[in-house]
Amino acid sequence: MSNITFIEHNGEQHSVEIEEGKTLMEIAMNNGIPGVDADCGGECACGTCHVIVNPSWFDKTGNTNNDELQMLDMTPERESSSRLSCQITVTKDMNGMEVRIPEFQM
Amino acid sequence: MKTLTPLKESIGFTPGHATIKAAHILQKTKSKLGLSRPFPAFIETPIPDVDTLAIQDIDVSNPFLYRQNKWQSYFKRLRDECPVHYQNKSAFGPFWSVTRYEDIVYVDKHHELFSAEPIIMLGPVPEGLEKLETFIAMDPPRHDEQRKAVQSVVAPQNLKEMETLIRTRTAEKLDKLPTGVPFDWVQEVSIDLTALMLATLFDFPIDERTKLAEWSDIVGANPEGTGGQGNADDVYLAASEVMKRFSLMWREKEAQQKGGKALGFDLLSLLLKDENTKDMINNPLGFLGNIALLIVGGNDTTRNSMTCGVHMMHQLPEQFEKVKADPSLIPNMVSEIIRWQTPLAYMRRVAKQDVELNGKTIKKGDKVVMWYVSGNRDERNIDRPDEFLVDRKDARKHLSFGFGIHRCMGNRLAEMQLRILWEEMLERFDKIEVIGQPKYIQSNFVKGYESLQVRLTAKQSAPQ
Repeated sequence: MSNITFIEHNGEQHSVEIEEGKTLMEIAMNNGIPGVDADCGGECACGTCHVIVNPSWFDKTGNTNNDELQMLDMTPERESSSRLSCQITVTKDMNGMEVRIPEFQM
Repeated sequence: MKTLTPLKESIGFTPGHATIKAAHILQKTKSKLGLSRPFPAFIETPIPDVDTLAIQDIDVSNPFLYRQNKWQSYFKRLRDECPVHYQNKSAFGPFWSVTRYEDIVYVDKHHELFSAEPIIMLGPVPEGLEKLETFIAMDPPRHDEQRKAVQSVVAPQNLKEMETLIRTRTAEKLDKLPTGVPFDWVQEVSIDLTALMLATLFDFPIDERTKLAEWSDIVGANPEGTGGQGNADDVYLAASEVMKRFSLMWREKEAQQKGGKALGFDLLSLLLKDENTKDMINNPLGFLGNIALLIVGGNDTTRNSMTCGVHMMHQLPEQFEKVKADPSLIPNMVSEIIRWQTPLAYMRRVAKQDVELNGKTIKKGDKVVMWYVSGNRDERNIDRPDEFLVDRKDARKHLSFGFGIHRCMGNRLAEMQLRILWEEMLERFDKIEVIGQPKYIQSNFVKGYESLQVRLTAKQSAPQ
């Protein structure tokens, strides 16, 4: 079984099973991970599914396009490995990946 | 604030309000000479049933649509029959209406196709103030710079610090409310709590906070922009007053900074601290535009959602019972209130090139209005959209904050204010009754209440 771990701001960890082809946001929503809001439902238009990928896994998460960069820019908690989870398509290669959830989704 | 007078003398130079005054004098002179744009005065007449109209005659810019409660049938017909609709003879000139949820998200997201400049209301910028700059009505890259400079005022650390303050102020307000006798909820609670919040954000004197609400109302009521019942003179006078007050506050903080005193986390201090905006005062119309944006943005919006919640709890007692039984529903209820109210009915854009949208060709230069108020009731995306449900699934997926780069900056602060209000309300009151009919604002932009008479019944064990 392959897993991805979401780490809440308070440190609580949630390990969830990888469903290939789904977005990381969908997996978070399907598993009821607290702290991921996804207000726009995956349109890359709200910035409320922000996650901070463990830097050693960042390259595995694919490219960040301009729209996503613009939305991330509006988030005060942005870090260098920040992504919108609706823009990451999950693959088996992500087995073991850790992502942190920011304190607030803006 | 006691240092205001000496500072004024020492700095001497606050050119902003002079710019506004000049614009006002020019506008008055042109008006006398008949050279000015005619300022429309809207006279209320009964709005016909939408079924009696030909599709091209439907005009959703009518500023009485909400007051006469016709908006739902008007927008439903457009969503069903003509979701991207052209109206070419409105009082605000020709414009396209985008009425379905998905099309609205498309327009909001594609800022490269649809410009937010020069203004986000239907009508034009007041004469002489065309150079008014505000980041909600700016495209990238300038939008991004200016927004970034102020958005830290609502960063997590600030929000957490504000939470205690908001709770204290909300509790104080609610403790003073009369029980068993009717009073106007809009004046007593909604206006005052939002003004308190704004005064805090701006480090504006608390005892003068009603000024902030007044200025905001005047800007929102500009008849040429939104069909409101204000008048041209008031807009210029308020603009000039805002300019004067905030320039002095700016200079005072700037002097503090130069004197080596650390600046706070209020909005002016944040602007002064940021490389991109530290000289904003030198561009009076840019300064005024952004200050006005933050005053208006934090005012009419939360105010009307505060009133909406009370109104709904009266109309739907079973929903009130549900929240009382399970207060953990409050955050969800807050999102549902914001969807239901949609305090700002739309945002306006201008097509930057010809765009095909849902079978229609929008021409370069055409005005395009995203009717959030319609998208929030679109049965294609929202289940049972005309029901108010405190436990609605996906209540957060509403359009009231907009999407894309112009998404509301104060959304989390607004949600927090409303959440705290309801947490504190449930502690104190058992029953909310609305007495008589609410009065609604005249505007096509601000969907809101003028007054709402309510009577509260205290909870048996309410804290004193």
